[in-house]
Amino acid sequence: MTPFDMKRPRSLSEAQSAFSGDAAFLAGGHTLIPAMKSRLRAVETLVDLSTVPGLDSIAIEDDRLLIGAMARHAAVAASAVVRKAIPGLAALASGIGDPQVRNRGTMGGSVANNDPAADYPAAVLALDAIVETTHGSHSAEDYFQGMFATALADGEIITRISFRIPLSSAYAKHPHPASRYALAGVYVARHADGVRVAVTGATTQVVRWPEAEAAIAAGTSLDALSLQSVDLAADIHASADFRGHLAGVMLRKAASELR
Amino acid sequence: MKASFTLNGAAHSANVPAETLLSEYLRDHLGLTGTHIGCDTSQCGACNVLVNGESAKACTLLVATLDGAGVTTIEGLGSEDSLHPMQKAFKSAHALQCGFCTPGMVIAGVAIAQRHGADLLDETIRHELEGNLCRCTGYQNIVAAIANGAREMAK
Repeated sequence: MTPFDMKRPRSLSEAQSAFSGDAAFLAGGHTLIPAMKSRLRAVETLVDLSTVPGLDSIAIEDDRLLIGAMARHAAVAASAVVRKAIPGLAALASGIGDPQVRNRGTMGGSVANNDPAADYPAAVLALDAIVETTHGSHSAEDYFQGMFATALADGEIITRISFRIPLSSAYAKHPHPASRYALAGVYVARHADGVRVAVTGATTQVVRWPEAEAAIAAGTSLDALSLQSVDLAADIHASADFRGHLAGVMLRKAASELR
Repeated sequence: MKASFTLNGAAHSANVPAETLLSEYLRDHLGLTGTHIGCDTSQCGACNVLVNGESAKACTLLVATLDGAGVTTIEGLGSEDSLHPMQKAFKSAHALQCGFCTPGMVIAGVAIAQRHGADLLDETIRHELEGNLCRCTGYQNIVAAIANGAREMAK
């Protein structure tokens, strides 16, 4: 790893002042540290957010579930509050990466990184979430701006994510057998005013799937649906056609778990 | 960067460059070579240690972030004369061949038993072992050893 300075701030304002030059925030570190080790990323300053108190709370306020950005995947998966309010989200968290990743990795880190095959972005989009930051807030629609691209400005820190509690929701993914990132992952959420379906892994960025939303809302058969999109991803792991097909299979699996 | 933490039950103070990984610190600075480095890309789990009782990959942890934590390595579990129940279980179930992944597997087994208790379903063990790779045994005996070890730990 290229040498760097580390700052361990005690508050969000200290964290923001510590962020200068070629800097990065460290959350759980399970994407950033491997990237730095392989020299895909080098920083002058690493600002550790684990010393900032109060960023990992989980609570319900009115019709929303609020999860602190530093909540670890294992904590989200095990939380009685999450399991009761949005069981689909707890189930998603229990399938991210592997146990060691879930013990360290955080929701805010995952959403800030916006890997096109990460699991959380699908939940954020389908659950009509609001990404709250030190600078304000972003609706899920505005937040995701392409592969690894988000609405976050330099030095902007996600503080928590506010999920709209659905009537029912479920997530299904076909993981890559080694990395456990989604080759196709589909989050289906039934809200009082409509159905939202978000797809990760199959496409170059998380997207909504309007045809699937309409079919579930209308109660028509999903059997013939496969994802047709100019954004389908293709690489050595799966072709675009196969990913589109897998998205259909995962859609039917998730939809079958809806109440 | 200074970091004070508990290492295998004893107070420990480290003073290292910020980029120092726990895996290299344990092996190269402290001579605790039971923590193996397999892939060094956060996948294989050979470098598994317990941090505050939970399994973690030492190759993906910066020592500087461990201030105040409790770290247990394979050396902290037992000794040659007095094996930890999970180590004994691995021995009696023949849960290893080359042995390279074994320290990480034993640590994973202890973490699984601590999180899920003495009566483990195979399904739970397999799900919780997804971060530990063995290329010799096919996992059958490892799963059996962890089930046995978890029961022994509860005694």
